[in-house]
Amino acid sequence: MVTTTTPLEAELLALAGSVPDPELPVLTLAELGVVRAVHVRGADSAEVELTPTYTGCPAVEAMSLDIERVLREHGLREVTVRKVLSPAWSTDDITAEGRRKLREFGIAPPREHRDAGPVTLALGPTRTATPEEAVRCPHCGSADTELLSRFSSTACKALRRCLSCREPFDHFKEL
Amino acid sequence: MTATVPMTAALALGDDALVLSHRLGEWAGHAPVLEEEVALANIALDLLGQARVLLSMVGDEDDLAYLREERAFRNLQLVEQPNGDFAHTIARQLYFSTYQHLLYSELAASGGPFAPLAAKAVKEVAYHRDHAEQWTLRLGDGTDESHERMRRACQALWKFTGEPFQPVEGLDAGFSGLETAWLESVGDVLRRATLTLPEGARTGAWSAGAGRQGLHTEPFGRMLAEMQHLHRSHPGAAW
Repeated sequence: MVTTTTPLEAELLALAGSVPDPELPVLTLAELGVVRAVHVRGADSAEVELTPTYTGCPAVEAMSLDIERVLREHGLREVTVRKVLSPAWSTDDITAEGRRKLREFGIAPPREHRDAGPVTLALGPTRTATPEEAVRCPHCGSADTELLSRFSSTACKALRRCLSCREPFDHFKEL
Repeated sequence: MTATVPMTAALALGDDALVLSHRLGEWAGHAPVLEEEVALANIALDLLGQARVLLSMVGDEDDLAYLREERAFRNLQLVEQPNGDFAHTIARQLYFSTYQHLLYSELAASGGPFAPLAAKAVKEVAYHRDHAEQWTLRLGDGTDESHERMRRACQALWKFTGEPFQPVEGLDAGFSGLETAWLESVGDVLRRATLTLPEGARTGAWSAGAGRQGLHTEPFGRMLAEMQHLHRSHPGAAW
């Protein structure tokens, strides 16, 4: 779909994008890469396109409510948030600033994609193989970390442990 | 959005995801270790998200999930099987996630009405499949006890593995090609887990599977009763 964006739509997109993620409040929705577009419909109504990180991500509803609230406060009377699936969200949609903030927050950011899907690793303590592939510890920066579980506090994270500083940490896994 | 969504196909895919999600949710509070509890609940959540999208394509998601009778569900008999021991759950996961991954890869490339959901879900399912594979290797190639339990579980569910490859009205997929790829993939994992492909029929006499026609196994009724009773007792209730 090719559409032109008006200055107002760009402004509203920036506003919607400034909403913090409900589960990772250090990130904005723009940094997470989930707000796709804002279309102004008539004088005071707008439609926002939001894409979920995971199909079942329960944070989507909170995000929608927050976006509606922010845009209403900006003077819009009618705001609808539409969930779009295609093209599918990828962790590559997280901005460089978003990655930096994740690391600062103690979550190892996702690595840039080679191929889609999980990295094949043996179950149980597994050290990352090569330095460029390594998931680095967000606390001490060591590349010597091991996978504890593919699934952690939320669907989008895996649980790892640093073998240098011994701290466990979440890793925003590649999708 | 002009493509019409085929009802039968949406229910088949949506019910698979919904029912397996509920089964996996039953592990909450019972999984062998905390990490597995979290893993199974996360997989269940992915499946629930997929089910919500699929059912919403053809109706009201809550009405479809909570107000249909057993015979109106179109899920595979494989996904409704009780959790059994941990090996049974892993065998069910291996069989189903391998199937779902192959099917969704094809649907994602097809450009049909299910392509957007399939393209999204296939990336989640890749993690489910990987999880099942790693556990199959660990249990199969583990102790005598874990090997025997994994073998028994794969055998017990084998008769349900022909049904996924029966054509579904409105699903544009090459089921015989999918079946070949499935046998190869599952066979490879089992071999590496020092197990073998189970013997016995997957179709015809002595096999099982008519869930797509609305015929379900006995434990499914009890599962549905538990899943639906709150909604039916308090229609329209909200948190």
